[in-house]
Amino acid sequence: MADRFKSVADVIERLRGVDYLADTGIAGVVYLADKLEKPVLVEGPAGVGKTELAKAVASISGSRLIRLQCYEGLDEAKALYEWNYKKQLLRIQVDREAERDWNTVESDIFSEEFLLTRPLLEAIRSTDPVVLLIDEVDRLEIETEALLLEVLSDFQVSIPELGTIESSLPVRPIVFLTSNNTRELSEALKRRCLYLHVDYPTLEREEEIVRVRVPEIDAELASQIARVVGSLRALDIKKAPSISETIDWARTLLYLGRHEIDPETIGETLHVLLKYQGDIQKARKELGVDGNPSPLRGTASR
Amino acid sequence: MVNAAKLTGAMAEWGPKPMTTAGDARTLFDAFQGFVHELRAAGLPVSMTENLDAMRAVEYIPLDDRESLKAALASTLVKHHGHYKVFETVFDVYFSLYSAGVQAGDGEGADGDASEMSLEQMMQAMEGGGAFGDVSNEELAKMLMQALMNMDREQMRQLAAAAVTRFAGMEPGRPVGGAYYLYRTLRQLDADGLVSKMLQQAQDAGEIGEGAYDERLAKEDFEARLKVLKEMIETEIRKRLVADRGVEAMARTLRKPLPEDVDFMHASREEMQQLQKSIYPLTRALAARLAQRRRRRNRGTLDFRQTVRHSLSYGGVPVEPKFKHPRPHKPEIMVIADISGSVASFARFTLQFVYAMQSEFSRVRSWVFIDGVDEVTRFFEDSDDIQEAVHRVNTEADVVWVDGHSDYGHAFEVWHKQHVTEVTKKSSVIILGDARNNYHAPQAWTLKEIRDRARRLYWLDPEPRGYWDTGDSIVSEYAKHCDGVFECRNLRQLQRFVTAVVDQT
Repeated sequence: MADRFKSVADVIERLRGVDYLADTGIAGVVYLADKLEKPVLVEGPAGVGKTELAKAVASISGSRLIRLQCYEGLDEAKALYEWNYKKQLLRIQVDREAERDWNTVESDIFSEEFLLTRPLLEAIRSTDPVVLLIDEVDRLEIETEALLLEVLSDFQVSIPELGTIESSLPVRPIVFLTSNNTRELSEALKRRCLYLHVDYPTLEREEEIVRVRVPEIDAELASQIARVVGSLRALDIKKAPSISETIDWARTLLYLGRHEIDPETIGETLHVLLKYQGDIQKARKELGVDGNPSPLRGTASR
Repeated sequence: MVNAAKLTGAMAEWGPKPMTTAGDARTLFDAFQGFVHELRAAGLPVSMTENLDAMRAVEYIPLDDRESLKAALASTLVKHHGHYKVFETVFDVYFSLYSAGVQAGDGEGADGDASEMSLEQMMQAMEGGGAFGDVSNEELAKMLMQALMNMDREQMRQLAAAAVTRFAGMEPGRPVGGAYYLYRTLRQLDADGLVSKMLQQAQDAGEIGEGAYDERLAKEDFEARLKVLKEMIETEIRKRLVADRGVEAMARTLRKPLPEDVDFMHASREEMQQLQKSIYPLTRALAARLAQRRRRRNRGTLDFRQTVRHSLSYGGVPVEPKFKHPRPHKPEIMVIADISGSVASFARFTLQFVYAMQSEFSRVRSWVFIDGVDEVTRFFEDSDDIQEAVHRVNTEADVVWVDGHSDYGHAFEVWHKQHVTEVTKKSSVIILGDARNNYHAPQAWTLKEIRDRARRLYWLDPEPRGYWDTGDSIVSEYAKHCDGVFECRNLRQLQRFVTAVVDQT
């Protein structure tokens, strides 16, 4: 059991301190991850702040963030550790001249010096507190997922030549895995994790996020922004606007010097929120705004 | 299912307990195991480890914090977002009584400990001098309106409770799920008219701008508020039903299949909409997996140039052979779907599904039939919007030849005459339908010829296997000429089929 946070409310408050607005669901899971020392699997649509959450938690717990970006084809050598075999080859070449016996050579070339640590091993061997972020874990092939299991359940790695390496920290680091849900993760992985589904925020929360992230904005505009975005998300479109796009839009409006949203403004700036032409047309029709489809008027004069 | 002794043993080992006395621990433990048991009965795969995790998690959550408790249980027990709704229902049933004392306690005063009260007592408390005992119906409606305009949740919750007491007409002991009570209450409150009333009021007060979109936003806002109110009323009804009938009986009544197990043929409107929503993410997930599999299955031939280039780092030793990326070939899909009444929703859904995946295929062509057959590829090619295309299929396709009753034989014969030459070794043909031919001639030879030319010929039947070949169904007649006939009643089976097909092509 770790004691990084006092209560769920404490998590919320401290996350707010680093401009991350968490709801009870999010904060509750972070709190439990700390208490139960279990990794958290965060799922949800793109751009709702999954990666951001890991960063924010690292920052409030005074930890270093170690990030493993997953991609198809990622293997042990890139995720855990690798023997630096080019260096080993060189060493063997040198040793050949010196005519040393094989045992010496072997113990020489399989030592720490030739070990390249990759993010997972780095997180385990770290002596200062860390938060480990395994990003977009759904991009891994299902077979590769297995190499995460030992790390996730026991926070250790077995290296045949060196033995089992365990963390020296008194409490386990918090581990986040994010997934965009492009495929179903294995049951074995899910079982080892706490599960958190982050969805688009409620109107009130989104309004607050806009106000926190774009402090210059006035309350009325922030509220309007949240409502328009909420309304767009309710439409049946290919790609709903993400939180980061909401923030971009808020900045765009500020930059253009608009203090209030009228249909014309929406029409002109809709492409900041929506990235498919079909979506934009649909939104125009549904919201009853007929904007000029050309890019921002404001920038033309610059 | 649950090894109770082991669990209790495990519980004893975990240091501090949230419960004070042994008796308390026992009841809470039982209630909790009942809860997990119900989740499993509803189809959620809750493993032993997850069960233990949930119980450990509860130790750290103050038990009077309902939202945190819900989050804690969800994060340990529910690992698929699609299952969350089922979890929520079960949670509401199992923890409804317990929430009453906590959340509404300060507002309603009387039911500080609702779990001890029976339905009658609750009703009496509400009717006799309760919070709104002597308020007339009109005044109640007015107060509700006011609460909605101000979005005063506490007030809304109390009014919802009062409205249920007054309008739902609940009778103790009836084995119902509460949908009827909800309907009665909402009708009495004129819920459908509330949004327009709110809009009117806001307009009169000049709170809404004049643009069409202003009005839309306001309307959406009010609809959302009304939804909150409806949920409150539903919770209130459920709470009373649980008090009346007990937790287990209630949970059983409300049990619903998981989204992936909903039967296409018997899906309610709401369930169908839920399914629609799952199409896009699902096909994306499938496509990603299939693409991966295709790429990995056959490595290309040796890339000599790359291999030599990489060998230079190792003094000319080809340590790392490099391979060319194969260009995965994509199958062509031809879908022939029966869209007569009984299987229409299945055909529509499957068409949407196939088209949502069309990037995975080199080409998708589709035909629909009842007793006549018509190509509908054009509708899908004209527009990006699959829903709209399906709508056009329903309204514009010319599929009736004589009487609008399924005639597979005739439809296949016509299709064969017009299109069989277009079938090549690259095409996989998929037929959707229940093969209920109304005793017409089967013309099964057409399928034989299609299969001879095609790469594969599949048949998807939305009926349970047990109904095949009963009555006018002649599945086996056609099955003789197919590479595979699949029962396809729900999303789970459809997914399995698609994976299998791409694997083989």
